Amino acid sequence: MKRALKPAEAAEMIPEGAVLLIGGFMGVGSPHRLIDALVARGVGGFTVVANDTARPGKDIGKLIDARLVAKCIVSHIGLNPETQRQMIAGDLEVELVPQGTLVERIRAGGVGLGGVLTATGLGTVVAEGKPTVEVDGKTYLLEKPIRGDFALIGARQCDYVGNLEYTLTAHNFNPVMAMAADTVIAEPHHVMPVGMIPPDAVKTPGVLVDHILERLI
Amino acid sequence: MDAKEVIARRVAQEVREGMLVNLGIGLPSMVANFVPDDMHVFFQAENGVIGLGQRPPDGMEDRDLTDAGGGFVTAVPGAASIDSAMSFGLIRGGHLDMTVLGGLQVDEKGHLANWMVPGKMVPGMGGAMDLVSGARRVIVAMVHAAKGDPKIVPECTLPLTALRRVSLIVTEMAVIEPTDEGLALRERGPGVAVDDILAATAARLIVPDEVPEMVLA
Repeated sequence: MKRALKPAEAAEMIPEGAVLLIGGFMGVGSPHRLIDALVARGVGGFTVVANDTARPGKDIGKLIDARLVAKCIVSHIGLNPETQRQMIAGDLEVELVPQGTLVERIRAGGVGLGGVLTATGLGTVVAEGKPTVEVDGKTYLLEKPIRGDFALIGARQCDYVGNLEYTLTAHNFNPVMAMAADTVIAEPHHVMPVGMIPPDAVKTPGVLVDHILERLI
Repeated sequence: MDAKEVIARRVAQEVREGMLVNLGIGLPSMVANFVPDDMHVFFQAENGVIGLGQRPPDGMEDRDLTDAGGGFVTAVPGAASIDSAMSFGLIRGGHLDMTVLGGLQVDEKGHLANWMVPGKMVPGMGGAMDLVSGARRVIVAMVHAAKGDPKIVPECTLPLTALRRVSLIVTEMAVIEPTDEGLALRERGPGVAVDDILAATAARLIVPDEVPEMVLA
């Protein structure tokens, strides 16, 4: 059984400059209380790997507003003018990665693969400076794995050993990210006794989860 | 009937029974409104659902069920929720029958540019590069010209989305199919003459003797 952490305790574990994998798609499935706790703590310099930076004042956008992010590796920033403003001003480094490539790079990082070969991005700015590999007459771009120091995971529910169940479009990057970081902190909506989540419903086995955030009151 | 409705109605005719279809945000998402109710089609939203449904009634929105634009949606009976790795695995792996995307430019090779305008708009490619690289059919749904400037051009001047040739271009003025020989004019918009199309198109078009008018239900 794992001990449930308060959001501030979890935020305390995360040092300045850490690489954070943060689940969510425009905030759906993001670990909202962890993000708020990081903003409240005010330590930054983070590299954030996520699908997007949501909107100003919302979800991952709060970390951008608070200037806690030095670099982000994301697929989309179109709905966050503040991210674009900081990028153009040279305060925030942004690496744009095609969404499918991003999730697969993180998956490679999590499952011990040396990279991903994909046709996505060939012949575009994404391919600049990257090697290509020919396999059976087809050309692919070599994309490198991504790992994080911490994965911050939003889940529908969790049991006392850390098994995670997700819901609807709040899965997104969460199950993949939960495999790709040294320390995994899960923020569930509900915390259930062991046995309440059927084994078939578990998408992230508890052995991958280091810490659980206390239930939402 | 305005330009966007003409485009959406015509693209809807490309949808066939049993397809898995991904519609981009904006104009492409209107296509779903014109697919017959009795046709069994699953719409994918790449943020994590197969079987996207209509907007929910007011007050019935669930924050964990959204489309790729972040808007609230429902799921149809038979729907499945998936994570981002599965979602893009479907796209890249040839399981997605068709995608409909907006366009900024398409050129004589059938190359699409639809994700950035250097110096003006850097939203990030999101899932567009994976969709254009991986979907079985790629349909570009866009207005024919932008404030008088042709969008169908000899060669894209904006950054490409992919090297893959798109399958079909549908505008309010024309249906155009990129082929080995170049861009073939297949249909005229309602009340549109071939000369009007040629005047509004910067690219060279292959024009057959007979160009039928779109038949819109």
